[in-house]
Amino acid sequence: MFDKILIANRGEIACRVMKTARRMGIKTVAVHSDADALALHVRMADEAIRIGTAPSADSYLRIDRLLSAIKATGAQAVHPGYGFLSENAEFAKALAEAGVAFIGPGIKAISAMGDKITSKRLAAEAGVNTIPGYTDVIDGPDHAVAIAREIGYPVMLKASAGGGGKGMRVVNNDNECRDGFERATNEAISSFGDGRVFAEKFIEEPRHIEIQIMADQHGHVVYLGERECSIQRRHQKVIEEAPSPFLDPATRKAMGEQAVTLAKAVDYASAGTVEFIVDANKNFYFLEMNTRLQVEHPVTEMITGLDLVEMMIRVAAGEELSIRQKDIKLNGWALEARVYAEDPFRKFLPSVGRLVRYEAPQATEHVRVDTGIEEGSEVSIYYDPMIAKLVTWGPTRAAAIEHMNDALDGYYIRGVSHNISFLNALIAHERFKAGRLTTNFIAEEYPDGFHSYDVPQSDPLIPVTIIACLHRRHMRRGAGISGQIRRFETHLSDNWVVIDTDKHYPLTVDELDGGFEVTHEGRVHRITTDWRFGEALVRANVNGVPITLQVDREKTGYRLFHRGSERRLLVVTPASAALTAHMLEKIPPDMSQFLLSPMPGLLVRLSVVEGDEVKIGEELAVVEAMKMENSLRATDDVVVAKVLVKQGDSLAVDQPILEFVREGKAN
Amino acid sequence: MQQISNELQAKREKALLGGGEHRIHQQHLKGKLTARERLVVLLDDDSFQEWDRFVEHRCNDFDMAAQKIPGDGVVTGYGTINGRLVFVYSQDFTVFGGALSEAHAEKICKVMDQAMKVGAPVIGLCDSGGARIQEGVASLGGYAEIFQRNVLASGVVPQISLIMGPCAGGAVYSPAMTDFIFMVRDSSYMFVTGPDVVKTVTHEIVTQEELGGASIHSTKSGVSDLALENDVEALLLTRQFMDFLPSNNREKPPRMTSLDPGNRQTPSLDTLVPADSAQPYDIKEAITKIADEGNFFETQPDYAKNIVVGFIRLQGSTIGVVANQPMFLAGCLDIDASKKAARFVRFCDAFNIPILTLVDVPGFIPGTAQEYGGIIKNGAKLLYAYAECTVPKVTLITRKAYGGAYDVMASKHLRGDVNFAWPTAEIAVMGAKGAVEIIFRKDKDDVQLINARTDEYQQKFANPYVAASRGYVDDIFEPRYTRERVCRSFAMLRDKKLENPWRKHGNIPL
Repeated sequence: MFDKILIANRGEIACRVMKTARRMGIKTVAVHSDADALALHVRMADEAIRIGTAPSADSYLRIDRLLSAIKATGAQAVHPGYGFLSENAEFAKALAEAGVAFIGPGIKAISAMGDKITSKRLAAEAGVNTIPGYTDVIDGPDHAVAIAREIGYPVMLKASAGGGGKGMRVVNNDNECRDGFERATNEAISSFGDGRVFAEKFIEEPRHIEIQIMADQHGHVVYLGERECSIQRRHQKVIEEAPSPFLDPATRKAMGEQAVTLAKAVDYASAGTVEFIVDANKNFYFLEMNTRLQVEHPVTEMITGLDLVEMMIRVAAGEELSIRQKDIKLNGWALEARVYAEDPFRKFLPSVGRLVRYEAPQATEHVRVDTGIEEGSEVSIYYDPMIAKLVTWGPTRAAAIEHMNDALDGYYIRGVSHNISFLNALIAHERFKAGRLTTNFIAEEYPDGFHSYDVPQSDPLIPVTIIACLHRRHMRRGAGISGQIRRFETHLSDNWVVIDTDKHYPLTVDELDGGFEVTHEGRVHRITTDWRFGEALVRANVNGVPITLQVDREKTGYRLFHRGSERRLLVVTPASAALTAHMLEKIPPDMSQFLLSPMPGLLVRLSVVEGDEVKIGEELAVVEAMKMENSLRATDDVVVAKVLVKQGDSLAVDQPILEFVREGKAN
Repeated sequence: MQQISNELQAKREKALLGGGEHRIHQQHLKGKLTARERLVVLLDDDSFQEWDRFVEHRCNDFDMAAQKIPGDGVVTGYGTINGRLVFVYSQDFTVFGGALSEAHAEKICKVMDQAMKVGAPVIGLCDSGGARIQEGVASLGGYAEIFQRNVLASGVVPQISLIMGPCAGGAVYSPAMTDFIFMVRDSSYMFVTGPDVVKTVTHEIVTQEELGGASIHSTKSGVSDLALENDVEALLLTRQFMDFLPSNNREKPPRMTSLDPGNRQTPSLDTLVPADSAQPYDIKEAITKIADEGNFFETQPDYAKNIVVGFIRLQGSTIGVVANQPMFLAGCLDIDASKKAARFVRFCDAFNIPILTLVDVPGFIPGTAQEYGGIIKNGAKLLYAYAECTVPKVTLITRKAYGGAYDVMASKHLRGDVNFAWPTAEIAVMGAKGAVEIIFRKDKDDVQLINARTDEYQQKFANPYVAASRGYVDDIFEPRYTRERVCRSFAMLRDKKLENPWRKHGNIPL
C-alpha cells in the first residue's frame, strides 16, 4: 500500500479523497493555486504545494508542476478526482514515466473512452446497445421507410446541416415517415441550403441512467448498481439518486452486465461509469463511459456501503477486489442534491463572493455533506461554483426525500446566492415524488425559468407559531433590561399578532416549563425548541413534529426561510397590529431599466453602444473606484436604448449610466 | 359628583379626538398615524401618562378664539419603553396642521424641563406645518424656548427626533440640535425654505421630496440618521434604539442579558482581509461577528458610506462602533465621513458609551473638492472628538493605517486605552509605492531600483511590528480571537476614570 498520495484536485473532491486516505493511514499531499492558499483541502492535507496562479490553466492543469510537486513530496500515487486532469491520457502517461501510480484506469481505457466515435464503436463491438441509426444520407422516401423499419419506430429524421430544431421530424409509422422525410428535406433546403437528411432512433421520455463499475488489475469487474441523473439543467446534473425509480432487476442486470463487458474490453482497472440513455420502454443505449470517479458517486456508496475511493486506491496499489458481484446488495435509497452558488430566481446567474455565513446540515446516518468550503471561504470566478453535495439516505425513496427536505431547511448560506429553494422545489414536486423523471424534467416543469411562485406552498401557520415564541423570548429579555422605573415594570403581554404581508395571525403565547403553548383560533399548538438568542437556525418541535427554520432577525421583524420560501414577518401587539392597517403599500420606483453606478468612481470603459443587444452576464461598463476596477454586467437580456454618460466621466453612486429596453418590450 | 365626572369625561373625549374624525381620516389616507396612535406603538402598553390635555391657545386674532381644541396640537407626557422612563411629545397634524403656538411650545418645554430634572430621554414625534402664523412672534418665541432647552439638554439626556410629517422653516432647528433624527420615507420632509421660495429665489424647480425627503437627508445631506419605511416601523425601531442608550449622562448604558459567550471564536474572520491589499472587503462582517448575537444597529448607513457607525452590545453592554469601510472610497476619510464619525464619537463620549474603532484607512481623499470644502477643519473634527473623548476606547487596526489618518482613528497617541492589530495591519506613513516615489524621487526613472525599493519598504513598514515595537500597538493576534480580546479589554476598562482639564468648553473646529 502507498504511504503517501497526492491529490491533483481541489474543493470537495480533494477533501473527500483525503478523508478516505487518512482513514487508511495514508499521508496526503494537497496542491493549490494562489486563490486556494487558505482553502479547506489545503489545511486538511499533511502537506500542501503551491502550483500556480488562480486560473486552472496555470495551476490545476499544469502537468509539469504537478510532477515537481510529486517529486518534492515523494508521493507514490496520484488521485486526480474529477474534472481537471482526471481523464487526461497525457497526465496518466507522464505519471507512468515518472514511476508514480495513477489512481484511475489504464492509459488504454482513458484513450479509448475519451473519444466519442471510438468508444461507440468499441461498445458496439463488445455487444453493448448503442442508439440505432443510419448516419449516411437517405436517398428518398422509400429508402427512409426501409431504414426507419430497420431502426424501429419512433424514428427521428434530422437534417445533416441542422440545428435549432429545424429540419427535425419525429415519425411513428410508414406514412408519417414518407411525409416527414419530404418536409424535413424541404425545411433543410430552405433553412440550410442543404437537403441531406439522416435517421436515428427517437428516444421517448429519455432518462439518464448510469452504471457504476469497479475493476481491478486482475481481470475482476463488478457493477455497483445504477444511478439516475435525469434531473439536469442544461446538461448540468442537479439531483442524482440510486437506485433509479424506473429500473427493474432484470434491466439493471442487463445494463450492469453490458457495462462489465465494455470495461473488460478495454482492460479497465479502477472505478468507472457507463452512461446509458433509457427510453420509456426500458430500452437502454450506451452514451459514453467516464473513466474517473463521478461527482455523484456518494449515492452509490450510501446504498452499497462501499467506499469507492478506498477501492480505487487499493486497486491502483495492485490489490484484488475483495468483493464479487454476488456480494453486492443494494440497501435503501440515496439522493444527492448539488448546492450551487447561483441565483435560481435570476436565470441561475452564477454568484461569486464570500460565504459570510455558512452552516451545513449536521452529518448523521441519513445525511452526508461533501464540501470543500467553510464559513469565510470564497466562491471564485475561477472554478466550479458548486458549494457542496448534499446526500441523504433512507430505507425508502420517500424517506430519503424527506431527509433531503429537512437537510435543505437546515442549510444556512449567506453572502452568495444559492439554489436551495430550487432544490427544495424540485424534490417537493409531485412528478419528482412519483419518480416520473426524464432529462427534460426541468425544461418541461419550469419552461420560463424558476420563479417565486414555483416554490411549493407549505402550511404557513406552523412557522408563524414558532416566530411568535421567538418574539416572546426576545420581548421577555427586553423586559429584563436594566434601569427600569417602579410602577412601570413591564408586564409582558401574552397576546401578539404575527403579520405576514397582509395576513394577521392573532395568537396567545404562554411560556411554560420547557416550551410554549401558542393558541390561534382556538387551537393550541405545543412548541418546544432549544433555540438560543442569536442563532439563525431554529430547530423546533410543533405538536410532536420536528421542523427546522432559518430566521434572520431584522431591525423590526424576522425574515424566515423554510421549504424554499422566504417571508418577512412582523410581530406586534394587538393595538399596534390594528394600526398597521393604515400603512400604505409602497411601490418601489422602477429603476430596472437603468444601469446605476454602484459606487462613486471613474467610468473607465463603456463596453456597449446605443442599440446593442446584450445578453445576461455580459459586461456593460467598468467603473474604477480607488484604483479598483469593477465590472458591471447585464442581469438580464437587454437592448441598450441610451448611453447617459461618457467614458472618463466621474460617477456618483446610483448615477444612471445606461438606459435599457427590455428584451420583448423592444419588439 | 356624577355630573362633574361626566363633564371631565366629555372634555377628555374631546381632547382625544384632536382635530376630529374627518382630519384623522385624512391623516390615515396619507399612511400616517395620529399623534396618539403613534404613542401606542412607541410606548409600553398602558404606560403613557399625559400632561396638559386641556391646554388651549390664547390667541384671539383672526377668529382663533372660536377655534380652540384641547391639547392645542401636541400630545405630551411620559411613559416607558421596556420599563425605562422616556418623555415624549407628539405633534398632532389634525389640529391646526400641527402648527406651533405659544401654548403648544410651552407644553413641549414642560416635558423637556422635567426630563432634565429626572434625567430621562426626550423623544419628539414631529408632524407640524410650522409656526402658528395667527400668533405671530409669540409662536416664534415658542420655537426659541424649545431651541434653548434642546441645547441645555444636549449631552445631559438623549434627545431623539422622529420626523413623521412636515418639518420646515425654523422648526427644523429643534430636531437639528437633538442627538438623532429618524425620518419616515415619503411622508416626511425637512427644509429651511420650501420649494415655492426656492423657485422664486433661485428659479430651481424641485419637489418637497427632492428638496428634503427622507432619502435626500439620509444619503446626501446627512441630516437624518435613519430613513424608515413607515410610521409603525419607525416607532418600533425607536423602541429598539432606546434599549442601547443610557437615560442620562450620569448613568452607564443599560445592560441586556446575553448568552453569547465572550470567548466565542470566529475562524472565518481569518480570511476576511484579502491577500491583495487593493481588494475591498466588508468591515460590517467583522462588526457583526464581534458583536453579541451578530446584532449591529447602524446609524447613517447610506451617508458617507466610507465610514460605518452604530451600536453593538458586548456581553450585554452597549458599545459604539466606528469603522472605516474599505468597500467605499477604499475606506478613506473625507469631509462627510469625518463629520459623521466625529458627531457619533462625541455622542458616545457624552453618554458614557465605550467606543470600539476598527481601522482600515489609506488616508484622506485628495483633491480640490475636499480642500475647498474645508477638509482641514472638518477632518480636525474627528481628531478633536477622539482626542477629547474620555470613555473607554479600544482600537483594532485590521489593515491600512496610513499617515495622519492613522493618528486620527483613535490611535494610542490620542489616549487610546487598548490598541490592537491583526497580523495583516500595515501601519506606515503611506503606501510603499508612494513612499518610495518621494524618498527616491531623483531615481524615479530607474524602474528596477524603484521596484526593489518598493519591495523593501513594503517588507519593512507594511506590517504592525514597527508600531508594536514602539508600544503604539499593545498586541497583535489572529482575527478569530478578536471578540474575546475586545470583550476582555472593555471589561478591564469598565471603571475607567479620566477627566479633561476644567474649562468652560473646548473650541472644536466647527
